[in-house]
Amino acid sequence: MAKHETPMLDELVSGPWPSFVDDLKQLAAHRAKNEDNIEYQIPVDVVEDLLGILELSFKHGRTHWKHGGIVGVFGYGGGVIGRYCDQPQNFSGVAHFHTMRVAQPGGKFYKTDYLKQLCDLWDLRGSGVTNMHGSTGDIIFLGTTTPQLEEIFYELTHNINQDLGGSGSNLRTPADCIGQARCEYACYDTQDLCYDLTQEYQDELHRPAFPYKFKFKFDGCPNGCVASIARSDLSFIGTWKDDIKIDQEAVAAYIGGEFPPNAGAHSGRDWGAFDIQKEVIDNCPTECMWMDGKQLKIDDRECNRCMHCINVMPRALRIGDERGLSILAGAKAPILDGAQMGTLIVPFIEAVAPYTKIKEEVIEPIWDWWMEEGKNRERLGELMKRQGLQRVIEVLGVDPDPRMVQEPRSNPYVFWKEDEVEGGWERDINEFRKHHQR
Amino acid sequence: MAFISSGYNPDKPMENRISDIGPRKYDEFYPPVIAKNKGKWLYHEYLKPGVIVHVAESGDEVFTVRVGGARLMSTLLIREICEIADKHCDGYCRWTTRNNVEFMVDSKDKVDPLVKDLEGRKFPGGSFKFPVGGTGSGITNIVHTQGWLHCHTPATDASGPVKAVMDELFADFQDHRMPAHLRVSLACCLNMCGAVHCSDIAILGYHRKPPMLDHEYLDKMCEIPLAISACPTAAIRPAKVEFGDKKVNSVAVKNERCMFCGNCYTMCPSMPLADTEGDGIVIMAGGKVSNRISAPKFSKVVVAFIPNEAPRWPTTAKTIKSMVEAYAKDARKYERLGDWAERIGWERFFEKCELDFTHHLIDDFRDPAYYTWRQSTQFKF
Ligand code: HEM
Ligand code: HEM
Ligand code: SF4
Ligand code: SF4
Ligand code: SF4
Ligand code: SF4
Repeated sequence: MAKHETPMLDELVSGPWPSFVDDLKQLAAHRAKNEDNIEYQIPVDVVEDLLGILELSFKHGRTHWKHGGIVGVFGYGGGVIGRYCDQPQNFSGVAHFHTMRVAQPGGKFYKTDYLKQLCDLWDLRGSGVTNMHGSTGDIIFLGTTTPQLEEIFYELTHNINQDLGGSGSNLRTPADCIGQARCEYACYDTQDLCYDLTQEYQDELHRPAFPYKFKFKFDGCPNGCVASIARSDLSFIGTWKDDIKIDQEAVAAYIGGEFPPNAGAHSGRDWGAFDIQKEVIDNCPTECMWMDGKQLKIDDRECNRCMHCINVMPRALRIGDERGLSILAGAKAPILDGAQMGTLIVPFIEAVAPYTKIKEEVIEPIWDWWMEEGKNRERLGELMKRQGLQRVIEVLGVDPDPRMVQEPRSNPYVFWKEDEVEGGWERDINEFRKHHQR
Repeated sequence: MAFISSGYNPDKPMENRISDIGPRKYDEFYPPVIAKNKGKWLYHEYLKPGVIVHVAESGDEVFTVRVGGARLMSTLLIREICEIADKHCDGYCRWTTRNNVEFMVDSKDKVDPLVKDLEGRKFPGGSFKFPVGGTGSGITNIVHTQGWLHCHTPATDASGPVKAVMDELFADFQDHRMPAHLRVSLACCLNMCGAVHCSDIAILGYHRKPPMLDHEYLDKMCEIPLAISACPTAAIRPAKVEFGDKKVNSVAVKNERCMFCGNCYTMCPSMPLADTEGDGIVIMAGGKVSNRISAPKFSKVVVAFIPNEAPRWPTTAKTIKSMVEAYAKDARKYERLGDWAERIGWERFFEKCELDFTHHLIDDFRDPAYYTWRQSTQFKF
């Protein structure tokens, strides 16, 4: 028998999409029965109370969670988010309901023995409710009490060889696309770069020293499956410099209808026979492709690597061999001053372990600048806006490059610096007056 | 219950402490076929919605079955995923960025039994536990944030509207009939933890009432200067307020300047915003993050407000469904929703999607707003 009636939530058990309500109810019943005789370390009825308080929110149209409050594990400034409910007398099981962020493995690949270890730990010491995964990428353990935080951390680090992720004004847990592990478009090893930087910057991840949060995300190619360009302070997007490799026989096979265009992504509708002119060549944003008889030609110098043709004909076209990545900086969600996409600050850099150039010539100078000049709660993108792209170029010590802008400025209000102007700004007014009367 | 110690000694927190070890290394968890062929994949193909084959230079193939799921997941369900992975996939599985789960097998004959097994598993209420789909030119899982289930600032729930909208769009989770892929995201307040601002369709929780002021407690519970400086529009100023027979330190809010962001509430619990009628959903459309054909772009606000209609948010679900249908009917192959809207013109977009254009949709937030107004005579009747 459920502890609380949940008539509104019960309307979410029907319909084809997996029902989180049924999932939670099964967990609640499982805990109540406790057939495995687990010595639950937080209230057995935590999930019942979670359903109960959620039902109340459905009824009121308002959340019933209060502010965080400062909880955490010793020595770390992040990884735990405190949470208390505002109706503890009726829902004592969720009176404390803190979140722990557990750093996810690259590509989110798992072995089941590891997952089962996490489940055992979380059933014993927490609610058994998770997010797989949170928006940043971490595994989220949702709901435990303060005394369990250190115990969980101890077991994670000692028995599962596993650390917490980031939260607060520090480096957030970096996240990557599946990349070379299973994607033929990947221009660098997203998982390796992600892991390498995560390990290198553990201190920045766990101990807040930044003005605000900072995110790295890694997309293997301009398709951008982890949306790095929209949601990371530094976005690493794979790219190449040389030519797209063309297999003309495979092109012919697409034209002949032997291979499905776009890897079969459009199979749900009859779009008619594949038309390479209309579907590929005419959609190329730089108009750098054409047919020369039966041969597909690309003027690769003009290609901007948008991925369209490769996406349409993955068996015929392949990314080039001179690979690396572009770095874009400053993306953030709308708050406070409107949303920002990342701005291209490094058009091309090689991505070969140990990634020294990326660390020493890009990440660290950018951090030094932001930590020096960033105001409290100012994201990198806001600092860039405040001080200008020119400043970023100075910080990186690179030459200005037309690739970094959409277009040149349309106002002439250049803030010339004194040392850029011949003779400087100090002039003798009397000398001037010799030729120009008062 | 008796307290079980992990071995941690609260009196000596540094004793045997292990820290800064990071996540487990990615390659510990690669299935053998992935480990062997990493970086050497030739091409992929969707065999049907939800089933992908990747072919490597070595001739090896990996077959992936992708299933949707709620990101809110119990350990029971994770254990069931483990059981399936143990049975069919030698104990390996993975999650995608959009909260889908992928089961990989190394030969074609293992695909059908796996798919059959997955599709046969249902929750007591009848919903699928592991619906196969989410690939290609269809509609994959909705990425979302916490909502009423865990956060303190939401203006709507997350898991509830996602379930309702995915039920509505379910056929397209398992189909490839869209002109291009279509991504839906949800964030439950304008902090947009999920960064929904570049999605084909975004569902965003939004407050519409300025904070209430709990004068009696405000000075006791909050650092007043922090609350003041948290406000992006400088709507908050310090104030002395008569309370009963005494004057207390508190704040005053210029309501007409408030953009309902809730930053003040994050800094000061005595300034709550949440409200049954005030809170609800904004729909945004036309964003993308890929660089394919056109550059990445932001989603635009196309519906200023829909009330929270728990438990199934019918107006939200229906509005999204009708936008999806208008797009599916009218867009060209490979054309993303935002590219379609730009080609036909936003005036046509509102017409074809049967959405009202209200003054709320005209940008008036700071400088960039000017550049979103029409500065040409090129429009359509
Ligand atoms: C004043 C601004 C913000 C505040 C007060 C805020 C507050 C929070 C809180 C309280 C949570 C925890 C939710 C929970 O688990 O209970 C959270 C999660 C998160 N926040 Fe924010 N946030 C802010 C801005 C942002 C922005 C701008 C972004 C993105 C660029 C962001 C990204 C995230 C992400 C990714 C999560 C994890 C959410 C999830 O997985 O559900 N936050 N935020
Ligand atoms: C139009 C160009 C795009 C193409 C051709 C493309 C291609 C792919 C491919 C081949 C995969 C499967 C990778 C794998 O797991 O083997 C994939 C997965 C994924 N893509 Fe993309 N992608 C494109 C754009 C995007 C965009 C714009 C987004 C995000 C808004 C995105 C988000 C994802 C995500 C999250 C996954 C993981 C699977 C899932 O959750 O459904 N992709 N994409
Ligand atoms: S971003 Fe590119 S390389 Fe990475 S998974 Fe997506 S398509 Fe593949
Ligand atoms: S990648 Fe894009 S720009 Fe380059 S040739 Fe192909 S379609 Fe054209
Ligand atoms: S989007 Fe807003 S309400 Fe939702 S989890 Fe993030 S901060 Fe909380
Ligand atoms: S909700 Fe935001 S804009 Fe309104 S008073 Fe609070 S901080 Fe200022």
